[in-house]
Amino acid sequence: MIRYILQRLAGMIVVMFLVVTIVFVIVRVTPGDPAAVMLGPDATPQDITDLRARLGLDKSIWVQYFLYIGQLLKGDLGHSIFLNMPVTAALMERAEPTFFLTIFSLAIACVIALPIGIYAAYRRGSFIDQASTFLAMLAASIPSFWLGLILMQFVAVRHNIFPVSGYGGPGASFLDRMYHLTLPALALGLVSSALILRFTRASMLDVLSDDYIRTARAKGLAERRVILKHALKNALIPILTVLGLTAAVLISGAVVTETVFGLPGIGNLVVSAVLRRDYPVIQGALLVIAGLYVLINFAIDMLYLLVDPRVRY
Amino acid sequence: MTDIANTPSLPAAESRFKFVHRLLKRKTVAFGVIVLTIFVLLAVLAPYIAPYSPSKLSIVNRLKPPGGTYWFGTDEFGRDVFSRTIYAARLSLLVGAAVVALSALIGVTLGLLAGFFRRLDTPIARLIDAMMAFPDILLAIALVAALGPSLTTVIVALSIVYAPRLARIVRASTLVIRELPYVEAAQSLGISTFHIMTRHVLRNLLSPILVQGTFLFASAMLAEAGLSFLGLGVSPEIPTWGTMIASGRQYIGQADWMTYFPGLAIILSVLSLQLVGDGLRDMLDPRLRKDL
Repeated sequence: MIRYILQRLAGMIVVMFLVVTIVFVIVRVTPGDPAAVMLGPDATPQDITDLRARLGLDKSIWVQYFLYIGQLLKGDLGHSIFLNMPVTAALMERAEPTFFLTIFSLAIACVIALPIGIYAAYRRGSFIDQASTFLAMLAASIPSFWLGLILMQFVAVRHNIFPVSGYGGPGASFLDRMYHLTLPALALGLVSSALILRFTRASMLDVLSDDYIRTARAKGLAERRVILKHALKNALIPILTVLGLTAAVLISGAVVTETVFGLPGIGNLVVSAVLRRDYPVIQGALLVIAGLYVLINFAIDMLYLLVDPRVRY
Repeated sequence: MTDIANTPSLPAAESRFKFVHRLLKRKTVAFGVIVLTIFVLLAVLAPYIAPYSPSKLSIVNRLKPPGGTYWFGTDEFGRDVFSRTIYAARLSLLVGAAVVALSALIGVTLGLLAGFFRRLDTPIARLIDAMMAFPDILLAIALVAALGPSLTTVIVALSIVYAPRLARIVRASTLVIRELPYVEAAQSLGISTFHIMTRHVLRNLLSPILVQGTFLFASAMLAEAGLSFLGLGVSPEIPTWGTMIASGRQYIGQADWMTYFPGLAIILSVLSLQLVGDGLRDMLDPRLRKDL
C-alpha cells in the first residue's frame, strides 16, 4: 500500500510539473509583448521596458522558465501590478468566499442528488426513476449564471427572502455570510446535482444486483438496512469519484456565479484579472485551482483505501 | 477492461436507415432531434424567418414586453429579442460544431498516437492528465485572456480544453484494439501503420467519438455562453445567447424577458443534444451506458 501511495505521489508531482509548464506557456503565447498588452496603449516605451525587466520577460525563455519554477518552489506566485500586492496574498484574501461557496454548493448538490439517486435505483423503471433521470439531464443543461439571475430576480428582488448580492459587510458573522451565499450556492448546487444523481443511481444499480444484497434480503434484514448499510456503503467508491469531479466543476462554476452575485472570491478576481490582463494573477489562480484539483483526486484515491477494505493496491 | 471488440460500430450503409429508425423510436431522442432540427433551420434561415433585423435600433420601442408585434419583446435599444435569439443560434451552433471538429482533430490524433506507439503513450497520457486538471471554463478564460477575445479564440480555446477528453477515450480504446488479431494480421501483411491507424483502428472508434462529440457539443455551447456572458467571448454587439443574457442582466428588474428567452434557448438546445447523445450512447456504446 505504501508503494502505491508513493507511486501516486510521484504521478501527482509529474502532473503538477506539467500543469506549471502549461500555465507558463499560456502567458507566453500572448500575441505581441505581454508587458505592452498589460500596460495598455497609453504606456511609454520606458514603462514597457521597465515592466519587461520586472517580470523577467527580457531574459531568454528557458531562463524565464527556470526562474518561474524556482520562484514557485519558494511559494511565490508573483506580484500583481494592478493590485500592487503579491498574488499569494490576493488569492488568500479572496479564498474564503470561494471555499465556502464550493462547500455549500456541494452540500446542496449532495442533499438533492444522493436520496433521489438512491431511490431512483431502488425503484428502477418507475415514474420517479424516469422523471429523476430527465430532471438530472435538464439540470445539467441549465447555465448556472442564468439560474443565478433567475433566482436573484424571483427570490431576492421580488420576494426579498435572500440578499441580492455581496458577502455581507466587513464585520459580518459567519451565519450572515452563509445567508449571503445561499442563492449562489443554490444555483451552483442545483446544476451540479445532475452528475452526482446519475452516478449515484448507476452505482446503486450495480450494487443492488449483487449476490450479497440478495443474501441480505434472504436473511430477512429490513429493506432500509439493506439499502442504506449494505448497498450504499459499497456504492460509495464511484460516488466519491464523482464528488471529486463535482468539486472541480463547482470551482469552475464559481468563477461565473461569483461574478453574477458580486461575491469577492477567486472567480471574481480571475475575471477582473482577465479584463485587466493581469497575467500574474491569472497564472497564480490557474495554478492553485489545478493544484487543488490534483490534490482532491489524490485524496479521493486515498479515501478508497479507507472506504473499501477490498481495495488493496 | 473495456471490450471494444464487441462494441457495435457505426452501422453499414444498408442498415443506416434501420438504425436511425430505431434511434428515433425513442421518444426522448425524437424530441431532441426535432428541437435540434428546428434550431438548425432557424439558424440557417434566420434572414428569412426573423421579423426584424437583429441590429435594427428603435429607441421608441425600447424595453417593450412580449406581445403581438414583438413576440419575445425588445431590448434596451428597441431591438427585437426574437430576431436576436434566432440569429444568436447561428453563432452558438457554429461554435459548438467548430469546437467538436477541432477538438476531435486534436484529441483523436493524440489518442491514436498514444495508444498505438508505446513510446509516446506515457508523455501524452501525462499531458492529458495535466490538461484535465484545469477546470474547463477557467482554462478557457486563461487562453482567451492570452490570445485576446474573439470568435476564433473562443473556438480554439474551447477545442484545447475539450480535446483531452476525446484523447483519453481514443487512447483507451486504441490500447485495446492494438492487441486485436486483425491489427496483428494487417501488420504481418505489411500494411503501413498510418493505414492501419486510419482504416482499421479509427473506423472502430467512430461510435465512442460520435457519442462523446455530442456531449462536447453541448458543453461547448454552455461554455461559450459563459464566456460571452463574462464579456470574454465575442464582441457584446454580436448577438449570442451569452451576450444577450449579459445585457439582459442589467435590465432584469424592468425587462426580464431579455434574460429568459436566450436562457431558455440554451437550455433547450443543450438538453436536446444531451438526449440525442444519451440515445446514441445506449445504441452505439453499451460499454459506456452502465444505466447512467
